[in-house]
Amino acid sequence: MDNQTAIARAQAHYARCIDDGPLDDWPLFFTEDCHYRITTADNYSRGLPAGVIWADTRGMLRDRVSALQEANIYEPHVYRHMLGLPAVLSESGGDVRSETPFVVMRVTGGGPTDVFATGRYVDRYHLADGRALLRERVVVCDSKEIDTLLALPL
Amino acid sequence: MDRLSGTVVGRAPDRSWPQSLSRVPYWVFQDEEVYRAEQDRIFHGPTWSYLCLEAELAEPGDFCATFIGEQPVLVTRDVDGEIYAFENRCAHRGALIAMADHGSAREFTCVYHAWTYNLQGDLTAVAFAEGVQGRGGMPAGFCMNDHGPRKLRIAVVHGLVFGTLSNDLPDIEEYLGEQILDRIDRVLGGRTPVVLGRFTQRLPNNWKLYAENVRDSYHASILHLFFTTFGINRLSQRGGIIVDRSGGHHVSYSAIDRTAVADTEYSQQNIRSESEYRLADPSILEGSSEVGDDVTLQILSVYPGFVLQQIQNSVAVRQILPRGTDDTVLNWTYLGFESDTEEQRLVRMKQSNLVGPAGYVSMEDGGIGGFGNAASPARRTSTRRSRWAARQRSRARAG
Repeated sequence: MDNQTAIARAQAHYARCIDDGPLDDWPLFFTEDCHYRITTADNYSRGLPAGVIWADTRGMLRDRVSALQEANIYEPHVYRHMLGLPAVLSESGGDVRSETPFVVMRVTGGGPTDVFATGRYVDRYHLADGRALLRERVVVCDSKEIDTLLALPL
Repeated sequence: MDRLSGTVVGRAPDRSWPQSLSRVPYWVFQDEEVYRAEQDRIFHGPTWSYLCLEAELAEPGDFCATFIGEQPVLVTRDVDGEIYAFENRCAHRGALIAMADHGSAREFTCVYHAWTYNLQGDLTAVAFAEGVQGRGGMPAGFCMNDHGPRKLRIAVVHGLVFGTLSNDLPDIEEYLGEQILDRIDRVLGGRTPVVLGRFTQRLPNNWKLYAENVRDSYHASILHLFFTTFGINRLSQRGGIIVDRSGGHHVSYSAIDRTAVADTEYSQQNIRSESEYRLADPSILEGSSEVGDDVTLQILSVYPGFVLQQIQNSVAVRQILPRGTDDTVLNWTYLGFESDTEEQRLVRMKQSNLVGPAGYVSMEDGGIGGFGNAASPARRTSTRRSRWAARQRSRARAG
């Protein structure tokens, strides 16, 4: 299986995990030492490092899931991720950099389907034994604006 | 039907004020005329509004496009090193003079008809001022000095740039008062801030609901359950609230109480349970005191729409901008300092998870608008719907 296929396969399951569950599995798409953050195109192009979500271990991702399940209060909502094909930008052994465009729709409560976010994943994958794990995922949202709140990850 | 139930959008039929000082009628948050009056009397009136950080105008020519209420404002640093601010509206047809949020420029040329302004907001050139082939152009008496955007008074407090359209108010030090100044100094004094990121949260509620929420420490440990769920804080922390003499600005803070005993009030209220949940990666809590005191949280507000926040080592400024009776822009700017070590910067990054639109102890505040709207059934059908609910979930759990 080539790298692009392996990445596309991993991402299909990643989107399904967030959209349809179980969310507890979301951290398993990452390596133990990893980087995940959600930022804006403006911050990204200016090299500003903060994120609305920022994690550098799989444990921090688990904590995000636990907080959403046990602590934080928000109106129930669901996402639908629509991912484009991953563009593989560089490959060096099992270390692969890729970018993938996304659209995420959100349905909150009994409401309509809203476009919640568009952007691209800027990724670094670790590929081994035909399986792709995220070493790094920077979620670069096109807009600097987030409607109401961001609870579920992108 | 209750006359305050929101069936009338726009002017409420009866704007009578309840006799009790402890009650505020819903129409204050819903009435279009009240909203318009606020723009004139509060944001264009005798108040200082936060505009941007001095750190965002580091070099001559740097500019920042911001707002006072709904009014677009351009803040610049000119070659003389001084900061200037003026309306970001061309004097000709009212188009934006600068369209980028941040940048660097030698001058500004309106894209519409190429009227040009210097960094202080003076009109310096008008396209075809002499007409074309001897015809048209500006009248003989046209004087560029008479045509320009309104200029603002500017004040800088520990790197925070404030501006006002009013000449009818005291200087910023008197406006803030000593207690507020001291607490700004506590967080920002003697340090040069560095912008770590900017995020905008769009809130589906009246701006005053957020401004009040910032000043409401009643909700903090009840609504924001992150710290208590993971057994991180004790409600026996000591703390306090300072309200300045004008009643407009405030500071709420909490500090580690080193002599604390186990709190019983909260568990008796059954609001939270002693939790078995623990963080998988507790490094998010590995902060340290930066200024040599035990204050782990300081929320400071300046009337009308500014917040300076220190939650552990997460420092941010928030700018509250009204956009409609039930539409508010909340701009977050996350800060570090030039003097930060690599370790301190890492802690700030980790603790940025606590705040902002996805913050462990702030995401709930995005939903308070639903609380306001839920009181008003008609508003629940507006395009920016209520996003609030799920409280029952936590109630059920706590019970």
